[in-house]
Amino acid sequence: MSEFEIPVLTTTVTKMVQWARRSSIWPVTFGLACCAIEMMVMSTSRYDIARFGAEVFRGSPRQSDLMIVAGRLSRKMAPVLRRIYDQMPEPKYVISMGACASVGGVFDNYALVQGVDQIVPVDVFVPGCPPRPESLIYGIVQLQRKIDQQKLYELSSESSRVPGPRIVHG
Amino acid sequence: MDSQQIAEALRGLAPDGAVEPFAAADGMPTIYVAREHAPAVCLALRDSPELRFVFAPDITAVDYLPREPRFEVLVLLASLGVSGYGDTPRRLRLKIRVAGTDPRMPTLSGVWPAMNWGEREVYDMFGIHFEGHPDLRRILMPDDWEGHPARKDYPVQIKMKPKVYEPLQLTAQEFAANLLADRDRARRD
Repeated sequence: MSEFEIPVLTTTVTKMVQWARRSSIWPVTFGLACCAIEMMVMSTSRYDIARFGAEVFRGSPRQSDLMIVAGRLSRKMAPVLRRIYDQMPEPKYVISMGACASVGGVFDNYALVQGVDQIVPVDVFVPGCPPRPESLIYGIVQLQRKIDQQKLYELSSESSRVPGPRIVHG
Repeated sequence: MDSQQIAEALRGLAPDGAVEPFAAADGMPTIYVAREHAPAVCLALRDSPELRFVFAPDITAVDYLPREPRFEVLVLLASLGVSGYGDTPRRLRLKIRVAGTDPRMPTLSGVWPAMNWGEREVYDMFGIHFEGHPDLRRILMPDDWEGHPARKDYPVQIKMKPKVYEPLQLTAQEFAANLLADRDRARRD
């Protein structure tokens, strides 16, 4: 092999696209409550989500791949969340961060949505109240594993989701 | 100045029987105010030189279901006690009884403009209508919400699907027509 001047790698288009999608998951800036503090900490130098290519929090849903629902979602906010999700380009992913976003948490009352999976399709649920940044990073790694199983032509909408949501333990 | 002295100071300024002093358990000066005379009493509290309650920090309500009158609207007042605004700083609590069968009272937003949003909150949570309010809309719950959540007979949990808007669906023709209309509007302006 030493006669080659330039190093060459061969792969399939699917694998390359999977690699590209997995390595640049840009989340939309969408913090709803105290979980958002942990989400922000995740992007700082101490936890450094840049190691996984997901550090660029975009101010516009049109430039984002991932929505981290960080906090309790009120019924008044639900249409806003859905609209932001609809504005994201495919392929798009959702992480439900924390107990409130996943099942309503301690707020079992009229004002809050009991689980954001009623509003948007969720790829990864991260439990905790709030989850530590490590848990959320583990959730993003789980999402990367999920993207790795995604076919090239598959979009992430409800109709074509690849195997069901993953639960992050710990 | 306790409840009794404030009621004395209001004698002659407010209609007879509009004010009733009350010994609150926490020692804070408290007076009950008749519902229909509330704005007149509040104006007197604000403008009387020895009282000068110019600052209204909060308004809220309590639901005493099944007692009747069911609601008590609470207004917290403060006299700043600086030059021209009374001699010493003091606080006062107003209570206004409102019947559950007829949950109305005159607005106080004409006396203290800061009451505007506070009364909207009381309306949103308790369903008490403030007559004469310039803009009595819900402030916390969604505009199309049914019921008033802070009432005692309102359920804590409701099984209801959250409302979301469906994404706007346009045909190619509608989309093109929209763009053309937009361009025409821009040219006209």
